[in-house]
Amino acid sequence: MEELVNLFHGFAVVLQPYNIMLMIIGILLGVIIGVLPGLGGANGVAILLPLTFSMSPTSAIIMLSCIYWGALFGGAITSILFNIPGEPWSVATTFDGHPMARNGRAGEALTAAFTSSFVGALFAVIMITLLAPLVASFALRFGPAEKFSVFFLAFCSFIGMGKEPPAKTIAAMMIGFVMAAVGLDSITGNLRLTFGFTNLINGFDFLIAVIGLFGIGEILLTMEEGLSFQGRAAVINPTVVWRTWKELPRYWKTSLTSCLVGCWMGISPAGATPASFMSYGIAKRSSSNGEAFGTGQIEGVIAPETAAHAAGTSALLPMLALGVPGSPTAAVLLGGLMIWGLQPGPLLFVEQKEFVWGLIASMYLGNLMGLIIVLTCVPLFAAILKVPFSIIGPVILVFCAIGAYTVHNSTFDVALMLIFGILGYVMKKCDYPLAPLVLAIVLGDKAEEAFRQSMLASQGNLGVFFSNGLVGTIMTLGLAMLFWQPLQTVFARLRGQ
Amino acid sequence: MNEIETSGGPSRRGVEAGVALATVAFGLLAAFGSLLVGIGWGVEGPKSGFFPFYIGCVVIVAGLINLLAARRHPKGQLFAAWPQLRLVLAVVVPTAVYVAAIPWLGLYVCSIVLIAAFMVFQGKYRPIFAIALSAGIVVVTFATFEWWFLVPLPKGPIEELLGL
Repeated sequence: MEELVNLFHGFAVVLQPYNIMLMIIGILLGVIIGVLPGLGGANGVAILLPLTFSMSPTSAIIMLSCIYWGALFGGAITSILFNIPGEPWSVATTFDGHPMARNGRAGEALTAAFTSSFVGALFAVIMITLLAPLVASFALRFGPAEKFSVFFLAFCSFIGMGKEPPAKTIAAMMIGFVMAAVGLDSITGNLRLTFGFTNLINGFDFLIAVIGLFGIGEILLTMEEGLSFQGRAAVINPTVVWRTWKELPRYWKTSLTSCLVGCWMGISPAGATPASFMSYGIAKRSSSNGEAFGTGQIEGVIAPETAAHAAGTSALLPMLALGVPGSPTAAVLLGGLMIWGLQPGPLLFVEQKEFVWGLIASMYLGNLMGLIIVLTCVPLFAAILKVPFSIIGPVILVFCAIGAYTVHNSTFDVALMLIFGILGYVMKKCDYPLAPLVLAIVLGDKAEEAFRQSMLASQGNLGVFFSNGLVGTIMTLGLAMLFWQPLQTVFARLRGQ
Repeated sequence: MNEIETSGGPSRRGVEAGVALATVAFGLLAAFGSLLVGIGWGVEGPKSGFFPFYIGCVVIVAGLINLLAARRHPKGQLFAAWPQLRLVLAVVVPTAVYVAAIPWLGLYVCSIVLIAAFMVFQGKYRPIFAIALSAGIVVVTFATFEWWFLVPLPKGPIEELLGL
């Protein structure tokens, strides 16, 4: 009951005119970011983060999270109209969305995509509202060993659930941990791994990594592919919207499955991209006309979009309740919390009620407003894509540079951004996942601190991670995730015999 | 398309192996750096190098596994074709020059040059149009950052001359 009161208080905060304006600006910026190649949720939020330093934390998180919702919506537009996924999680939307547009049903496809996104997000937000306070109050009792086990589980999920080879995921992740360790050791105050370079005293800032890896890396990939836009015209009018909405309830089963898949994948930090693929696969297998998938089936749009949004939204649950973000964008938001002077983790629910519930309320309103904005402004956003890459490309480069510079007002960071960009390009081409690297840079210090404190308490005995039921269970789950891929092979062989 | 197919390029195998070796080198560097600050147990508990040392070791092992796995890629597979890489370099090189020039000329002037040059050389726009458009974009950026959000960005001699 107390949660409900808090939630309504949150709505009151969000509904202040200033915050509503920030929401609209955020969603518009987010959709543009989602539509443009080379700008994505994570790095778009990272670039705009410095602009919020002077705002109150609540207003800042409202604007930044709305950018995130906008980016989630925006990915669908390019996938359906141009067959170019603006975001990795909208790749699966192209499979049926673009054929629909080719068959002259672009309006229906877009309406279905936006509405499903909204449904997925709404499902996840309701889940966050109900679960986050419980998880947080539970997590308040966590000691260092429990904290470390949650980090362990989060990182092992990447290894088990990722589609990349485990050794590559581990390599990317551990490189992130090393980068996090560079500079001042927060416990002893010693300098380490700087090799005498004064620029490295503060270590690698993950915002620079995000802007480089996701922003510059993406521009290099786009450049290499030699973009040629061939868009389809889209007409969305109330008739089309109404007709599609009447059709959608028929696919409630697909929707529900996708919501569940999305929430699960979002909380365990596998993220929106695998969620969208997985739920597309499930829908294809379970649908009565599964063979027709790929030729423009509306279900093939509903499934990935619902799951991607459910995952993208529920990725904020572990960030809020545990301080462990479920996706790179959530990681950037988490970084924002620290910059605004808030300590992420379960204590937020006790000490920063207005902030937490303002954010949760803005998830409800932001997604509703996002739905209205994208349904009414599609032609505008599609027009942005008609601007040639030779103009958009360098402009994005400039904004990435500005974003990197403003983090610490340092031109060294801009150079570092370019290096991260080249690294991101090569890693992406070689199937190394970038999300675990970024998350490791963000969480490395905290994971290490939790590990060292546990070691200190147990005098170096690793048994501390199995010393009680809770920490033992989480560690065991983590180990199962770590060895998930080999375990699956073993199971498959046993079943084959 | 044909040009891309026939032009050749670095092999996927080679690049994979290169990345794996770089990973191993990075891991060695991390482990070595950790040894310098001590990886054992001190009065304050685990020393500063304790955690990164073992992380570095994992990086080395993962890199070695990836090095072996690089051989699984088929022999003829390309990482990217030369014309594609030329396009990538067409972004990397100007951006590198841009980054290097910012401390001397300021961000705004460099940005005008970068956008305009990109438009002229990649987009084949007329120089007058390119300069006008890029200057316009940068002026709007200047107003947004310096006046609206009060975020100062690096400025050079030209801004000083204009008294901004």
